[in-house]
Amino acid sequence: MSLLTRRSVLTGLGFSTIIGTTAGLVLSPSFRDLILGSGEKLAYQTHRLIGRNALAPEFTESQMSPDFRTNGNTMPASADYQRHMETDFANWQLQVDGLVATPKTFSLSALKALPARTQITRHDCVEGWSAIGKWTGVPLSALLAQVSLLPTARYLVLHCADDFSGNAYYESIDLVDAFHPQTILAHTMNDTPLSVGHGAPLRLRVERQLGYKQAKYIMRIEATASLAKIGLGKGGFWEDQIGYDWYAGI
Amino acid sequence: MSLTNPATMATTAAAPKGGDLVDRHRLSTRLWHWTNVVTFVIMLMSGLMIFNAHPRLYWGAYGANPDYAWLQIGATQANTGFVRVGSVTADTTGILGRWTDGDGQVRNRAFPSWATLPASYNLALARRWHLTFAWVFAVGLAAYLIRSLANRHLTRDLLPTAEEIRPAHIWADIKHHAKLQFPTGVAALRYNVLQKFAYLSVLIALIPGMILTGSTMSPGLNAAMPWLLDLFGGRQSARSLHFIFAIGLVGFIVIHLAMVLLAGPFNEVRSMITGRYRLPKEKI
Repeated sequence: MSLLTRRSVLTGLGFSTIIGTTAGLVLSPSFRDLILGSGEKLAYQTHRLIGRNALAPEFTESQMSPDFRTNGNTMPASADYQRHMETDFANWQLQVDGLVATPKTFSLSALKALPARTQITRHDCVEGWSAIGKWTGVPLSALLAQVSLLPTARYLVLHCADDFSGNAYYESIDLVDAFHPQTILAHTMNDTPLSVGHGAPLRLRVERQLGYKQAKYIMRIEATASLAKIGLGKGGFWEDQIGYDWYAGI
Repeated sequence: MSLTNPATMATTAAAPKGGDLVDRHRLSTRLWHWTNVVTFVIMLMSGLMIFNAHPRLYWGAYGANPDYAWLQIGATQANTGFVRVGSVTADTTGILGRWTDGDGQVRNRAFPSWATLPASYNLALARRWHLTFAWVFAVGLAAYLIRSLANRHLTRDLLPTAEEIRPAHIWADIKHHAKLQFPTGVAALRYNVLQKFAYLSVLIALIPGMILTGSTMSPGLNAAMPWLLDLFGGRQSARSLHFIFAIGLVGFIVIHLAMVLLAGPFNEVRSMITGRYRLPKEKI
């Protein structure tokens, strides 16, 4: 008899879970949001658990895309950026501040003088396409070593020169990705200075995430304890505007 | 409720006969089935929306607009919808590529709004549905595989026997299906070899294939499990295979539903809910 009881409990529990969850998804918007938000959290935690320091695959020159398309903004509209572009970014400076011990600025020539890493990696757009290109730049960890993050810092926010309808582009990453050896500030693509279309003079390469995280036209890097007060609080332009997940490792 | 199952049924002394109500499907099978009904609908419809964001498929590691797409769904300058596979193009105006939505608005998108989740274009929301319910799909499959190994469902009921994989046996079974001759009496308790092939291919090839090719599209998992890229020949090949496996599952479901209708929908659906199945009467 105990078997029968256990069986009917399991049957009841199983079927009511399926029916209840389905009804909740259809009828309750708040339940739906709760459930649909869990995928990103699970993916983020799982990826950090099984491959916290794992390296993104790297390719050979013969495996590169013959034509690497651009995406997003390809010409920042701001007068400030236009001036920098006309002078070949000679007076452009990257500002690194926020929760750091010694805020600093770096000229493009100073960045190019630092030890660089070159990697041939695959760029995956959230829409589904991929392109393989060669990126050369300064490891973000090397830059962070020069400014010394404060212990309260949890995220790095990348403020960009481009905007959509007046909303500035920005992105953010956690410190695992910030200190990952393949996370670089690229100034060179396919052995030539980064083109305006691809984000001149400096773009982020965070190789284990999708294309919208690879912020172009970087002007400032800010270390913060929270993302709540940046933009609309979701950690990035697309995250704020149309609800892409902040963690884009999938 | 009796505790017999199909495997032991066939060997009990008082063998059931046509007309008897018998235990057919285990609880694990029934729960997994209905979980998948909900999950697969969500995965398919949100997947079609994700495909709409870039309705082109490639082979290899990379693939984008400048590269050759082996499959493309789109709209022409002449306002027709098309599907192109290799060098063959079919006009699909009204269904794929260019169609009219529920509000009478003409849209140039691959899959129409009635087939996608959500109905109007929203990649962010479709990804949330897809990448959340992918967990249900994957965990459900893993749990069912483990359970089916433990209770020997896989080896006893689904694995074809040496006799069954003889070409003559398979051919006889194909002929029975073509003539819509279904087994009756106690023979209806066992899966025939075509059923075994169909269920086994879904269980150990198509669904695992969906999950593995889906995982291969994740740049985060590419770092943690680079062997997935080697297994499927690169991210864009994995994306193509993901689409092909999905079509395979849709094909399975179409045939599966047709068979349920032909075999008697009330009895079949009841057996998948309560587990109880009435054996078809023997032909005299």
